[in-house]
Order: sequence, then structure tokens, then C-alpha cells
Amino acid sequence: MYKPYETTINNQAQTLGEKFANISFSYVLFICVLAGIGFVVLYSAANGNWNPWAIKQLIRFGMGFCLMIVLALTDIRFFMRYAYVLYFITLLLLIAVEVGGHIGMGAQRWINLGIIKLQPSELMKISLVLALARYFHATSLQTIRTIPGIIPPALMALFPAALIVMQPDLGTSLMLVFTTVAIFFAVGVQLWKFALVGAGALSVMPIAWHFLHDYQKNRVLTFLDPERDPLGAGYHIIQSKIALGSGGIFGKGFMNGTQSHLNFLPEKHTDFIFTMLSEEFGMIGGVVIIVLNMLILIYSYAFAIRCASYFGKLVAIGLATNYFLYVFINTAMVLGLIPVVGVPLPLISYGGTVMLSIMASFGIILCVHINRNIQIGKD
Amino acid sequence: MNRDKDKGKVLINRSFIMIIAKLVLLTVIILRLYYLQVFQADKYKMLADENRISTRLLIPPRGIIYDRNGVMIASNRQNFQVMIVAEQTPDVQKTLNKFKKIMPLAGDEEERIKRDLRRNRSFVPIKIKDNLTWDEVAKIQLNAPDLQGIYIDEGLSRDYPFGESMAHILGYVSSVSEKEAKLDNDPLLQVPGFKIGKAGVEKLFEKELRGRGGSLKLEVNAYGRVMKEIERIEGVPGRALSLTIDSRLQQKAYDLFKEQEQSGAAIVLDVRTGEILAFVSAPSYDPNAMAKGLSSQEWKDLVANERNPLSNKAIAGQYSPGSTFKTVVALAALESGIIKPQMRFFCSGQMYVGNHAFHCWRRAGHGPLNVVEALMHSCDIYFYEVAQRIGIERIAEMARRFGLGKELNIGLDNEKSGLIPDKKWKLKRFGETWQQGETVIAGIGQGYVLTTPLQLATMVARIANGGYEVKPTFTKIADRSKIKKMDISSEYIDTVKQGMYDVVNVPGGTAYRSHFNIDGKEMAGKTGSTQVRRITMKERQTRILRQDELPWKFRDHALFIAFAPYDNPLYGIAVLVEHGGGGSSVAAPIASAILQEAINLDILK
Repeated sequence: MYKPYETTINNQAQTLGEKFANISFSYVLFICVLAGIGFVVLYSAANGNWNPWAIKQLIRFGMGFCLMIVLALTDIRFFMRYAYVLYFITLLLLIAVEVGGHIGMGAQRWINLGIIKLQPSELMKISLVLALARYFHATSLQTIRTIPGIIPPALMALFPAALIVMQPDLGTSLMLVFTTVAIFFAVGVQLWKFALVGAGALSVMPIAWHFLHDYQKNRVLTFLDPERDPLGAGYHIIQSKIALGSGGIFGKGFMNGTQSHLNFLPEKHTDFIFTMLSEEFGMIGGVVIIVLNMLILIYSYAFAIRCASYFGKLVAIGLATNYFLYVFINTAMVLGLIPVVGVPLPLISYGGTVMLSIMASFGIILCVHINRNIQIGKD
Repeated sequence: MNRDKDKGKVLINRSFIMIIAKLVLLTVIILRLYYLQVFQADKYKMLADENRISTRLLIPPRGIIYDRNGVMIASNRQNFQVMIVAEQTPDVQKTLNKFKKIMPLAGDEEERIKRDLRRNRSFVPIKIKDNLTWDEVAKIQLNAPDLQGIYIDEGLSRDYPFGESMAHILGYVSSVSEKEAKLDNDPLLQVPGFKIGKAGVEKLFEKELRGRGGSLKLEVNAYGRVMKEIERIEGVPGRALSLTIDSRLQQKAYDLFKEQEQSGAAIVLDVRTGEILAFVSAPSYDPNAMAKGLSSQEWKDLVANERNPLSNKAIAGQYSPGSTFKTVVALAALESGIIKPQMRFFCSGQMYVGNHAFHCWRRAGHGPLNVVEALMHSCDIYFYEVAQRIGIERIAEMARRFGLGKELNIGLDNEKSGLIPDKKWKLKRFGETWQQGETVIAGIGQGYVLTTPLQLATMVARIANGGYEVKPTFTKIADRSKIKKMDISSEYIDTVKQGMYDVVNVPGGTAYRSHFNIDGKEMAGKTGSTQVRRITMKERQTRILRQDELPWKFRDHALFIAFAPYDNPLYGIAVLVEHGGGGSSVAAPIASAILQEAINLDILK
């Protein structure tokens, strides 16, 4: 368990063993339990087979786990130092994908590195948080509260968000924007500025609507009225609600979900995996997932509050917010609370890129915790 | 440093707000789970079952119909169909082309098959052709390795082995109309291709013959593919029926009409019970073709045929009974006491009632006749006299007691009541009083009097059995002691039977040419011929045209009623030949042949 009053180590280098001992094992346990539930559901989704999903997911989790540990044991000042460099590299990759996509790779969102496919937009979620944290770490509260003080970080966020929305990947782009807004809120940007920007966004919405792709418009319209097209776009939401509702409190039992096993439920191993889980394990299964995620969030915030450096605090809050957005958008989407935007449930949905980026985030959050007593200068 | 403290404080304050907000939002997710999975669970459970369970009806085999000897007269034939499943064949077009080389397809059939293939999922079997012969089945089986995805499927279709000879008894089955589907909520009627009784016994006993459908609950996936069987409830097969018909006699009777190209009706009853042994209406139609479905041209031809093959003449045809009616007139006369059996009337060939002259069919007259002689010669003048004396009411009453003038309710569609006129009827119908001349003409079964051939068969059965009120029926009578005897002296009935015996068996009787004697078994009967045209005064003065000089439509209807054996009556028969000419020359020989067949077959032992 997390111990808030453990002995402090003053800004001195820890040995690797000390660092390792400082890893919050409860935190790691929550992550492993969630991932474990994910393997079980993927095993069921393949009708009781480790192939094709569960086994690959297990390997990816293993890779992600190593990445997490490596990042956790890294010195936090390293992230501070290379935050901007990482940000610019990621931005270049994004541009490369965007340009390359127009040149002939089709609508690809990734760069093939051989063993894994690197998706720059996924990497940007981390890079942007680090870059913003570094910016605000070095900026005084007075400057933050002026308009010129928030224009550079706003541009840092909007530029990649615009690139990603053109891919087109509205979900990721919105997550970048929301994460940025959350960081702006955390560092103390005045509320009236949010109100002003919000009002401005609302007023340009009709114009933005114009620029949305047809399938995106359809998703919004179908969300507002799923019966509009029960065999087409609305089918996903309707079938998801039927699967969830019919699961009841205790669920239909492991491998017994009719909606998922008879293929009424689409994307049961990716975006709609929460639905499949709640069909087979009922409300109890769903609540367990949400509660574990709540614990991860509470711990992340506690790490942030306990951290001595402003950079560390902000990195933990930003990455936790990013993680929260995944969880909330995915579950709210499958429950029919928001439009279907194609965001997976981290740790559980099948998919390599998100698994790696989320495990990297956890590694950095753990790193913030391990280095909680290290003071960082403003440069 | 101070400023940095402020900056840190702001961050911590806002962090608290953020974590609270996040926890609240995730709590909303939990509440939503509760709403869907607890509050609305029942609704969604039902929807999930609707998704996964597909119920199919199991069609019960239709009840088989047997004749009185256990011969199948309506059965279920295996119908071989050749089907194709798109997903089991590598190339649908190539497979179809190979199939066409083995068995050609009609012009638009290939289009239809391709359309069906397009409209259905790839695992749904599509019918290529049905009603395959054994040879065709064998050919396809032989070429099976070349015809991937093509297989033979067997269903049941209704078969009428006796074809048109039984069509007016059995009727036929055909597809359900929209109206019928509305009136009957049996889910079987919703099954595509399901057939129900449209006429005859098939319609009369539809409920029994149909049986009850079973159901098959299947679990299907999102694409409609069957995953497993959940529940099977067997249906109840349709009940088998045994009719009173003797298929041999029926076939013989129908063939007699067909060979002579006559249209009309013949009904043979067991006079002791009213069981119908043969029931012919000719010409007829092919019920097997009806069950398969007629083309619109075939249908038009049937409807336009002037001999009306679709009409069941035995019950739906109303004809003047003519001289066959004299039997009940004689009974009415004897029972009234006004006419004694030995009383004679003189026939000069014509008589006057008021100013109007009435003629006997024999211009020269018959001389003096008593009732037996009058029946034997079918003298019109005698019955004019008798009718005049006893009046229409007595005649009408006796006719009704013998089954005329109202429906016998054998259950088939379109049964007509016939018409036995009386004073009250005429006043009601025309608002006029009854005329003496109308009684006279009714005395020889003409004028307003109308009967169906089935009524005439009932009448002759009731005479033959000595006055038992038998009713014609297609179902066996278990207990004939329940049949009531009419309150009429058997002495009078015997007198009329004597007259009918003389008609056939005494030289000079109107049907003498049709007599027979099989081991002492003889027939008794009464002829009748009814005009369908008016003989003009001018024609009467010159020369009445012979029947064969007239076009078919203007020839007389020929009738004959009879029973046999005379000594111990078993079979009663009524024969009507539309525009056949004379009762003695056309109808009596047919009746005689049918009765001889019945006696030779010894149907009623």
C-alpha cells in the first residue's frame, strides 16, 4: 500500500535497488489485475481460445510492463530535460505520417518500425503532457494568468490536435484537447477564460459541423437518436445496450454471453469489450473495473500531491487525466451516454499501441512517485 | 519562493477539484450500469432473446383420406426439390451452367434463382426446381461431384391418385389467401408455401386434416446462421379420414360420363343409411393441377368452359325433376285418400284446364290408367288429374318429407336448396295467388319445381327403404337404428315401388331397355326428361323437333332415379345428364350400368 509518511530522501541519488523498492506495488497490482481481467475476456471473446487475441495481448502486456519498469526507474530530470526534444520529434513524426498518408501510404496513422507499429498520435499524448509540464514548471503564476502566457502552450496543443483531426481521428484529437484543458485548469488559468473559450467554441460549432466527415456526423446523429438507423450506425449502440442490460447483476457467466458470442455485439474484443465483460460478469464485473480505475486515479493524484517538483505533479496529473479520458470516454460510449468515438478501454481492449502508451504513462507516473523528493530547477 | 508556493497551492487545490470531478464522472458510469443492468434488465433480456432465438414451425403432414375400403384417395406425395446453397459452391454461375447441361431450366427460372440468391444470405438454400421425377433425381445424384452446393430436398405435396373423378368430392388444397389468413390465426397459415383445403372434403374437414404445427426453437447468430437447437415441440399430424365413397364405383360412374362426353351428375347412396357411395359431377377438373397452381390461361379456360367443370352439379345444379317427381305426387295422392290405387283416369293425349290445353308426352294418349300403370308409362294426363284433385299443398308437403326443397347440408360449398313451390311461396315471391294450371304443371315436376341431383338421390333412397329419413353423408353412420321412419303407410310406398319396378322390368315401361337381372337382383326406377326450351304453338302444329336436331344447349335434361335390388333395396341412385335428351335413352342406361357395377362389386354385403 501507498505510505504517505515514509522517510524522505533529500534530493540525493537513489540506488537502483532503492528506486525499485520505492515502486508502489499496490499501483502495479491494480494494473496487473485489470490487464488480467482483459486476458480473461479476450479468451472468452475468441470462444475459449488463447488465439488470436489473448496470447498476443499477454505478450504486449509483458513488453509494456518492462517499458513501465524501465521508465519508472529513470531519473525524472531526464524527462524534464528532453521534454521539448521529445515533443518536436513526435510532432515531426506526426507530420511525416500526415504527409506520407497523402503521398501514398493510404490513411495510415502509424510508422512501421518492424517489431511494433509506432502511432505518433499515441506518443503525442505523452509528449504533449511532458512538454506542457515543462513549460508551466518554468513559468510563474503571474505569467500563467496573462493571455500571452498561455498562448505558447495552447499552440503546442492545438497544432498536433489539428494534425490528428485531419488523419482523421477525432477521438484522439479530442483527448489531446481535453488533456490540455485539464492541465490549464490545474495550473490555475482563470475560470472566465475557459468560459470565454467554451462560448467561442459553441459559436463556431455550426462551422465545425460543416468540416466533419460524414461518418463523424452520422455518429453524432446516431448517438442523439440510435433508432434513426437501427441496422446501420445505430446498431452498435442498440446491441451494446441489449448486451449490457441482459447481463443483469450477475451476468450470463464466463463464455456464456449470447450477444457477444453470437456476434450481435460488434467490436467485442476492442472498443466494446466493456460491454462483453458486463454481459458475462454482470454489473458486478462492470463495477469492479470502474472501482479499480478509480483506485488508479486516486493513487495517481496522491502521487502528484506528494511530489516535491511542480514538473512531477503536473506530469502525473496530465497522464492520469489522459488515462481517465480513455476509461470514461470508452465506458460512456458503450453505455450510450456519448457518441461512438472509437476509443478503446485501456489495459483491457485488444490493441498493441494503446497498451504500450498506457504502460509508458504508468511508468512515468511511477517515476514521479519514486522521484517525489527531487527538486528541479526552472531551466 | 512565495510566488512558487502560491503556484503549488493553486495546483493542489485544483487537483482536488479534478480528482473529485473524475470520481463523480465514474460514479455516473456505475449509476448508468445500475440503470441498464438492474432497472431495465428485463427489457434487455427479452430483446437479447429476440435476437438469438428464431422459432420455426414444423409443418405436420396432412391427414390422408381413404375410401370405404381403405384405398387412399388423397395422400401426401414426396416432392423432390433441387436446392442450391451459394456458400457451398465455389462459383454459383459455373455450377448453374453445369446444372443446366444436365437439366434445362425454363426461360425466366434462372433469373428467379439468381434473384433469390441475391436476396438471401449465402447459407440459405434456394430452390432451383421442384416436382422432380425419379429419373431427374437419379441424374442429379449421379452428377453430384460436379454440382457442389446442389442437393436434393424432399417435402410433401398433396396427391389425388384418382384425379378428376374425385375432384368434386375431395376438392383440392392451395395456397392461403390473404382473407383466409386473416380469419384463421393458426401460425401455420403464415408459412410460405403452406396449403389449405379450398373446396370439397379438403375444406370441410380442414381443421382435422391439417393437424397442429410443432415448433423448433433455434439459436441463431447475428447473420441468421443456426448455432444449435434449443427446444423442439412435435406437432400433431393431421387426422386420417375415411369416407363412405367406394373408389371403384366412383371411377366407373365418372368414366361413364366421360366416355359419352356428357355433363351432369350421378349420386349413389346406401338407402339404409344415406352413406354416399358415389358422387359424380361431370365434367370435372384436375385437383393435382389445382394444388400445383394453374396458369392464368388454364384458369380462364376452366371458367369459360360452357360445361362448367368447376360447378358441382350434384349439389349446386338445380333442375326441374320432371317425371321423376311423379313418385312423390303419387305418394301424396295415395296418402290423401282422394286417389285409390285402383282408380283409373283416361288419357286422351290432352286435357283442358280452364282455357288452356295440357298435353301428354304421348300425343295419341294412354287410355285408362291406374297409378302403377301411370308411373310405368309416365302418363302426364293422369298426374295432371291427380294434382288438380289433391292440390299443390299436399304435393309440396310430401316432396319436402322426401328431402326436396331445402338444403341437405352435406357440408360442401354451394349446396342449393332447390324449390318446392306452394301458395304461400308464390304470394311472397310474386305477390300473386296460386293458379290451378300451376298445380297441374307441378304434378309432372315442371314449372317452378327445382331439385338438385343429390335431393333426387335422397328421395329415391327414402322410397326404396320404405320411408326412413336417411340423409346423405360422406362419413360412416355407426348406428342406423337412430334413423327415423316417416309416418307414411308402407302400402303406399310399395305401390309406388311397384310402379317403378314396372318402368324398368315390364315391356312398355319407359326404361325397359335398361333392365337387368343379376342373380335375381333387379332395378326399379323412374325416368324424367325436362324441357329447357318452350315448344311454340307453331311447332306443336307442324312437328316437334327431335332432340338430336336441336343444338346441345336446347336439348332436354335427362333424368333417372332408381334403386336396386328391388326385393332388398341397398343402392339408390339419381342420374342427371344435362341436355342429354331423354331420361330413358340417356340417363337410365348410365344408372343401370352403375347399379350393375355396385351389385357385381357387392359393395354393401
